[in-house]
Amino acid sequence: MQRILIRLFTMLITLFGVAVVVFIVIRIAPGDPIAMMLPPGATDEDVARLRALYGLDKSLLEQFFVWFGGIIQGDFGTSISLRQDVLGLVLNRLPATLELSLFALLIALSIGGPLAIWGARERGTSIEAGIDIANGAALSIPDFLWGLVLILTFGVLIPVFGISGRVSPRLDLPFVSQFYLFESFFRLRFDLTKDLLSHMFMPALALALPLAAIISQLLKQSLKEVMDLDYVVLARVKGFSETQVILREALKNAALPTLTLIGVQFTFLIGGTVIIERLFSYEGIGNMAIDAVINRDLPLIQGIVLVFALLFVLVNLAVDMTYTLLNPRLRNA
Amino acid sequence: MTYTRRKVLGYGAAALGAAAIGLPTGVLAQTDELVIAYNVNLPSWDPTTGPSAVNPTIQGLYQSVFDQFVAQEPDLAFGPGLLTQWGWNEDRTKIMMSVREGVKWHDGSPLTPEDIVWSLERAAKPETGNPIQFVWSKIGNFSIEGNTITADVLSFEPTLFKWMSFLTGYVLPKAYYEKVGPEGFEAAPIGTGPYMVEKFERNAFVRLKANPHYWGEKPAFENVTIKFVTDAASRVAEIESGGADVTLEVPYEEYDRLIAKDNLSGSVTPISDIGMIFLNDIEVMTDPNVRHAAVMAVDKKLLVDRLLRGYGVPIDTLETPDYTAYDASVKTEYNPEKAKELLAASGYSTDNPVKFTIQTTKGFKPKDYEMIQAIVGMWRKVGIEANIEVYEIAKHYELRAADKLAPAAFYNWGNAIGDPTTSTGFAMYGPSPHSVWDGEDVINAINPLWGEMDEEKRIAGWKAVSKLIADNAYVLPLIQYVQPVVHSNKIKVVPHASGALLPALMKPS
Repeated sequence: MQRILIRLFTMLITLFGVAVVVFIVIRIAPGDPIAMMLPPGATDEDVARLRALYGLDKSLLEQFFVWFGGIIQGDFGTSISLRQDVLGLVLNRLPATLELSLFALLIALSIGGPLAIWGARERGTSIEAGIDIANGAALSIPDFLWGLVLILTFGVLIPVFGISGRVSPRLDLPFVSQFYLFESFFRLRFDLTKDLLSHMFMPALALALPLAAIISQLLKQSLKEVMDLDYVVLARVKGFSETQVILREALKNAALPTLTLIGVQFTFLIGGTVIIERLFSYEGIGNMAIDAVINRDLPLIQGIVLVFALLFVLVNLAVDMTYTLLNPRLRNA
Repeated sequence: MTYTRRKVLGYGAAALGAAAIGLPTGVLAQTDELVIAYNVNLPSWDPTTGPSAVNPTIQGLYQSVFDQFVAQEPDLAFGPGLLTQWGWNEDRTKIMMSVREGVKWHDGSPLTPEDIVWSLERAAKPETGNPIQFVWSKIGNFSIEGNTITADVLSFEPTLFKWMSFLTGYVLPKAYYEKVGPEGFEAAPIGTGPYMVEKFERNAFVRLKANPHYWGEKPAFENVTIKFVTDAASRVAEIESGGADVTLEVPYEEYDRLIAKDNLSGSVTPISDIGMIFLNDIEVMTDPNVRHAAVMAVDKKLLVDRLLRGYGVPIDTLETPDYTAYDASVKTEYNPEKAKELLAASGYSTDNPVKFTIQTTKGFKPKDYEMIQAIVGMWRKVGIEANIEVYEIAKHYELRAADKLAPAAFYNWGNAIGDPTTSTGFAMYGPSPHSVWDGEDVINAINPLWGEMDEEKRIAGWKAVSKLIADNAYVLPLIQYVQPVVHSNKIKVVPHASGALLPALMKPS
């Protein structure tokens, strides 16, 4: 309990630090939002009026306290470009990004896990070498390039998946939440589930491939290390097949370092959604982040970065807790 | 390899899974609707406030839903919109406007002169955040008699009626807006335009339905879906795969490849957007020889032919041939030998080049950075050594507003109303936050034109300003952009010179 409280306390300090850094950095960064919206013929008075309208006429310190005071009360400010409540906008888009990230993680595990087990089973053979080469290729190509390759292959050459968007525009959506995929599944609207998955598949795969390669490499290595330990040898002596030995005996211990890595990599994967969502015109928080940066929408950028930071901190906390649960030495410490 | 029953079942399940999530309902465009892959997102549905109101690329979306006070034809000519007649009185102290009768809002309620007055008054109030408030605030004290509106001219603005078909010149529904408020309007906007908003998913798409009450020609397509596909490669994929019927702003190389296909056609139309290089009156740019040499050394035709694959129109002033104050007699000469002579007169040569910085965006406009690289190469041959500094467009705006641009800076300037005040005027008038050239001669030449009531005299005055600027090389005009539009052979697209892609102008071929 004390351990969790300490973690929560450090989490708050981290978030405050992020808030300060983000606030300062985006104001130091080039680009004045007011200069961007000046029409031809604007006078100095027009500039001053717009600056006052968006609260940018105050000192940096004043602006920070106004903004941070608002955050404490749940008010993240109003977007300059969208003229809507920032928190509402971010929370509206976050579910799309979370669904995409989780689906990508699922794909990465589905590809990386079996490949690792297969590679460990066939260690020292040409199959393991082939898996290493495939992992190398998947890692050396960045996710947005995978995205382009997938668009050309499954969007243009064999047009089986949706190229852009989250769902086909002509479908009527009965959803009450923004978790379309989950809701369609629970409402038994499998036609919508299919359409959503079809649009999500390519961006998720583009995000998943590099992570799948990392999972595959690390888990395979961990498996190979435990394959010669006594308890594994004993299992082999008992007559278990190599696959059974891996699945029943070796995997549990070998999975621990992979789990930690997945936590770290998952945060990178969420970060990767910014470019991938843009490429696939996927209506998530990442796509909105790019628009916010282009428009120098300071309140929206701040809100998005804070929510991203919160997400990263929570993922790391979840990984820590899971690791503690799975590792008896830490659990009893 | 041996195939066991388990393996075969596994492969089968995987294939079924892929097939099951593949082929979504909306992969291919349907014949009963028009699907457009648009190049920008739509941030807001209020076309009169905030940054999106002055973003020219979004105007095509707004014009599908809302009508403007005054309409603008595809060739930029002005015509009746919601106003059927408009004008000033003799001494320019009053304006008169006649409101079209029989127009209905998307909710079926009638358009009234009160809507027009409310829209104009709202636009003039600073607190509403209309970026063009400086124009709308020049009229006031409205009175309505039948379908005629009169107002006092508080300060004469010769371009007032032109602005009525340009940025923020839209009519919004008074009663509906006051009933639902800004947030309600954002969620369910209504206008009097050819299409009604049926469904809007931010950053994803907008689904439009033809307005049954529309006062103009009924749109050919009953349903229109506009997908916001901001990545050029994805737009190419959308049109190539049949996921969209029409797209725009694809790279010129891709345009040539796509229109060579049997099922696709295209158009490239010069639009009201130009590429130019601002010259700031600092450092070496105060030397007329350096400025003239910088202008004379640039072969614009070569830039268009080689870099832009012929898709562009070289220009000599900031006025394109479609603009009111275009004067074909004003020319900027391409003469690298003379450029060398001028530089030599100031003590510069290829061995002792004049040095300055040129700023440019990279990827903001087609081939912007490449064009500047080529220009720097041309300059080098005559004795100019320019150092390229890349910046983001946001930085350009900030520097320009603070008059801190480098001696040379690339930019693109849009002017959909084609009036010289919104091109040469604001770009070259020293006190304007958009100008970095502060020469008194230009300021003095422009000053009397702002309030000139005689239109012929006003336009002649602006032509003289263009000549003054060209004669003194105060700016380096480069090219007029052309807009590539790719579409299915089954669709006929009418391009609009403002650059707005309007579904109401599209028909089945």
